[in-house]
Amino acid sequence: MNSAIRIEGVTKRFGSVQALAGVDLEIPQGEFFGLLGPNGAGKTTLISALAGLVRPDVGRLAVMGHDVVSEYRAARRQLGVVPQELVFDPFFSVRESLEIQSGYFGIRDNATWIDEILENLDLTSKADTNMRQLSGGMKRRVLVAQALVHRPPVIVLDEPTAGVDVELRQGLWSFVRRLNRDGHTIVLTTHYLEEAESLCGRIAMLKQGRIVALDTTANLLRRFSGHTLRLRLAGDVALPESLKKRVAGESDSEFAFALASCEEIEAILHDLRESGCRIEDIEVGKPDLEEVFVRVMNNRT
Amino acid sequence: MDGFLTLLYKEVLRFWKVGFQTVAAPVLTSLLYLLIFSHVLEQHVKVYDNVSYTSFLVPGLVMMSVLQNAFANSSSSLIQSKVTGNIIFVLLPPISYRQFFAAYVLAAVVRGFVVGFGVLLGTLWFVGLTWAAPLWILVFAVLGGAIMGALGVIAGIWAEKFDQLAAFQNFIIMPLTFLSGVFYSIHSLPPFWQQVSHFNPIFYMIDGFRYGFFGVSDVSPLLSLGVVAACFVVLTAFTLWLLRIGYKLRA
Repeated sequence: MNSAIRIEGVTKRFGSVQALAGVDLEIPQGEFFGLLGPNGAGKTTLISALAGLVRPDVGRLAVMGHDVVSEYRAARRQLGVVPQELVFDPFFSVRESLEIQSGYFGIRDNATWIDEILENLDLTSKADTNMRQLSGGMKRRVLVAQALVHRPPVIVLDEPTAGVDVELRQGLWSFVRRLNRDGHTIVLTTHYLEEAESLCGRIAMLKQGRIVALDTTANLLRRFSGHTLRLRLAGDVALPESLKKRVAGESDSEFAFALASCEEIEAILHDLRESGCRIEDIEVGKPDLEEVFVRVMNNRT
Repeated sequence: MDGFLTLLYKEVLRFWKVGFQTVAAPVLTSLLYLLIFSHVLEQHVKVYDNVSYTSFLVPGLVMMSVLQNAFANSSSSLIQSKVTGNIIFVLLPPISYRQFFAAYVLAAVVRGFVVGFGVLLGTLWFVGLTWAAPLWILVFAVLGGAIMGALGVIAGIWAEKFDQLAAFQNFIIMPLTFLSGVFYSIHSLPPFWQQVSHFNPIFYMIDGFRYGFFGVSDVSPLLSLGVVAACFVVLTAFTLWLLRIGYKLRA
């Protein structure tokens, strides 16, 4: 089976800026994949290269086995892109925009599917409204709808929830989750790391045009983050020798311990009890992607 | 629908939806030119025997409308799409650069024809016209519109702001159309300016188009056809090349 997306040795330079500095990435079909990185890391350039909007200096990209340059027509039929910028054509209504977009992909009489998309994105009542009259959130939904008119097996969402209210965000994610369950491959870029953490099965982190971390979300959390135990001790009792070397952070009488698993808490508490320490406050922190992100980005490359 | 047909349909629908601005206004402008120039010059200027100045003026104005509006259509559509960013809607689908070219140029010809036809209709009731060679009229209108449509594609892709497009339109297209013999026969010019006019391709479009009505022209219609056809081929090739390499459209 072809990979949904295959990227081999892609570089791209804009003047003096090396936007992509050799990216290799393979995304199997059916995956919910996250592409993370700070602004200017190359996420949008990579997506644009995939969509044929940017031509790589070196390297190859393929969507569902179709090269995006030599077989651009087949590749583009397999790909739906929700762009980051809130763009729209002020001349047309929502339905006209979707019908025209269908036509560009060579699809006639797409009304049934268009109605279904409108329904799912809660746009039915706005179908005949001119694009100019829609709110920002509504325009965003239309962009999602436009990316789906040709039922692409691979869907790329470039920061779809930037500046979008909570309700739409949740509605959007439940729809995208369903598309993923139905077999669509989803590639997502976002600055909301908790979204990526809850949605993406696998994540790549980009920095200065390179992939600096690539693993399943669970593995990344395990490798770069974990549970932490924070304690504040009462009085002036010294920490037992067995625990001193495990302290990951210390301030006043507060100590932080990094845990490989929650079970270690038991042993730490045991040691404290043995040495007569009294705990004034205790807090257990869960692993999160933000910590992973910060650690990966701060690693020297 | 095929990608090409949809893009053509969308481009036609786009100008039709703002028809007051894109059709009615240029028709009115041309009729005003006709009214004023014929009033002032009818008794003073005689270009061809048996052809009144007002009659002489009509084909020139019609063709000027075709040319200017064909240029305006493709160039303004592209610059608007680029500035607002919705150009990606036509860059993401599997539309080839040839289809892209054909759709924009053909829509430009359609706009030119609609406006040109409007001007013709508006003048019919008070200007007597003859139709010496209708096929020539059609051929020059199609080729002229296509040339200006292609030029509009080039300008629309090249310009990054409305200001640059306005410069292209006002400093290149306008002088070339106004100084092409729309309002006069170049034989009335001093020899030097006659020579200069021969380097203006739009002169041949107007002259050939006018030949179709009166059967007389400043230069042979075959020469005009040759020049216009050559311009069309060269501009088409150049525009297709720009689109193929993705100049300013695909980074």
